Amino acid sequence: MDEPTSAITEKEVKTLFEQIDRLRKQNVAIIYISHKMDEIFKIADRISVLRDGNYIGTFPANEIDNDKLIKMMVGREIKEFIPKTDAPIGEVVLEVNNLCRGKHFQNVSFKLHKGEILGIAGLVGAGRSELAECIFGITRPSSGEVIIRNKKTNIRHPKDAIRNRVALITEDRKFTGLNLKSTVKTNITIVGLDELSRLGVINESKERRVADKFIDQLKIKTNSRNTMISSLSGGNQQKVVLSKWLQTTPEIIIMDEPTRGIDVGAKRDIYLLMGELVKAGKALIMISSEIPEIMGLSDRILVLAAGRLTGEINRPDFTQETIMRFASDFSSGNRI
Amino acid sequence: MNKTLRKSFEFSSLREVGIFIAFFVILAILMILSPNAFAKPANLVNILKQASINGILATGMMFVIISGGIDLSVGSIVALTGVIAATFAHPGEYPLIVPIVLSVVIGAAVGLLNGVSVAYGNIPPFIVTLGTMTIVRGVALIAAKGQPVFNVTKLFEGIAGGFVFNTIPHLVVYFVVITLVCAFIITRTVFGRRVYAVGGNETAARVSGINVDWIKIAVYTLSGFLAGIAGLLLASRLVSGNPTAGQAYELDAIAAVIIGGVSMAGGAGKWYGTVIGALLIAVIGNGLDILNVSSHFQLIIKGSIIIIAVLLDMKGKGKQ
Repeated sequence: MDEPTSAITEKEVKTLFEQIDRLRKQNVAIIYISHKMDEIFKIADRISVLRDGNYIGTFPANEIDNDKLIKMMVGREIKEFIPKTDAPIGEVVLEVNNLCRGKHFQNVSFKLHKGEILGIAGLVGAGRSELAECIFGITRPSSGEVIIRNKKTNIRHPKDAIRNRVALITEDRKFTGLNLKSTVKTNITIVGLDELSRLGVINESKERRVADKFIDQLKIKTNSRNTMISSLSGGNQQKVVLSKWLQTTPEIIIMDEPTRGIDVGAKRDIYLLMGELVKAGKALIMISSEIPEIMGLSDRILVLAAGRLTGEINRPDFTQETIMRFASDFSSGNRI
Repeated sequence: MNKTLRKSFEFSSLREVGIFIAFFVILAILMILSPNAFAKPANLVNILKQASINGILATGMMFVIISGGIDLSVGSIVALTGVIAATFAHPGEYPLIVPIVLSVVIGAAVGLLNGVSVAYGNIPPFIVTLGTMTIVRGVALIAAKGQPVFNVTKLFEGIAGGFVFNTIPHLVVYFVVITLVCAFIITRTVFGRRVYAVGGNETAARVSGINVDWIKIAVYTLSGFLAGIAGLLLASRLVSGNPTAGQAYELDAIAAVIIGGVSMAGGAGKWYGTVIGALLIAVIGNGLDILNVSSHFQLIIKGSIIIIAVLLDMKGKGKQ
């Protein structure tokens, strides 16, 4: 079974595991490939690790823990796995004031600084993605204002956001991030195509150079720039999504679940890239449901619950309990 | 993993040359079966001429289908613009430029209407263009008072009727020039790339900052514009504008695009496939005529080829 749970719901996963259990009792041998640690530990008797095409080893599941397993998968210690890069935090580049959009979210206000990673935590359905999509112009706010680099902006379409040097790495790369019927190269260059062309005609050698630069820089594993994007692994597809947005040289980068459904190696590459971006003075917003990731990387965390901002936590005060308490705070009033 | 990737890649490029192989095999068979009539150079030029009008329509259709739409109105546009062109081409009335400009402008205007309805009205392209197909046919019949429009100038007849160097029909020249210009647009320009992006994943295209509505309007307008040219050329070739001309031309255009490997779902396809598709339809029609196969049987053969082409296309995609 190769990543059998990647496209099914929580409930179906439960059914699948029951069936796996039934098969096991009938003496059926199962090889189960997954990047989801909890699943592996839930159902495996023995765990084998492969890394970059090399066999690392096989261990009984009860003799190995999560940290050791990740260490073998990435070849590094766990605390190095989510590396926090310290970048100087500069002036405010994005200010959101009382932004509302119907029943999706209300009166959201925050500031984002240069060199900062601002985490946005919350439960599924808290309005985090809706907030990101609204700032980016995919949807329109019902009220409130967005100020970018001290200028009030009226973003009505993603192209306005792009012009204001804002990028959004959307939550679902297959539906909103990539053109799966196309190649690695055309996916990388589609957003910044105007800069690679003159009078509407694409400078193809320039385009090839840009594609190769990102394939090299982000270590995208692909046969060539002309390979169909659909044949790449999830992690490499995600790196293509990142490339296509970095090609527009954004100053404000919103990442919605940037590491969802990708292997640990690619995850670490993306964490490192985020560090490089803030060092280069970019401002990042990271929406994530993975608590270790959001706590490991953010300078500040905002928490949304049922469309309202219920908490703001600074790095020294990060704990899982605080985040979860704010995330499940459904009282009507706004705390901040 | 790597090996299977490479395999599917090779398979897909094999499929791309597959259409060429199929074309040349059919061409060779017909040449062997009819060395004295079919294989004569004059007849081969004739095939190009027969492919021209459908080829021009298919080129416009290709843009629309790659963007994820369909344009059923082109056959009716051919009739309407042909009637208009012939009406303004009577001897001693208007200069030649009037019928030329009117037919392309009216063609583009109908396309614009299609595009705006699809983009802003959010009506499925099949429905919109089915509607305009019927409306435009009605307008053509009204404009021509139900009768073919005859009596056009020699100059007008010369638009499509003449030859370059006494050998190459004007029609073929238009076909080649339009094809090359459109090939450049679809492969080398930002606009062409965005047409693929919209057809490949409309939501992702919008998130990528592409004005999806504008792209849709542009492809339908281009298709209508080319249909206007086709209508003008057909009227010139037939020395008359017939309001019942161009029936089912849209289906031949769609067939050429599909045989050429453009996916009906949008987002994929190559311009040279469309050219081969249009040529293949003409080759089969011409060859079977020469072999005295009845036109009734020809329909069965043409239909079967469309289905086989799409079957091969789906097999190729399935392997990927």
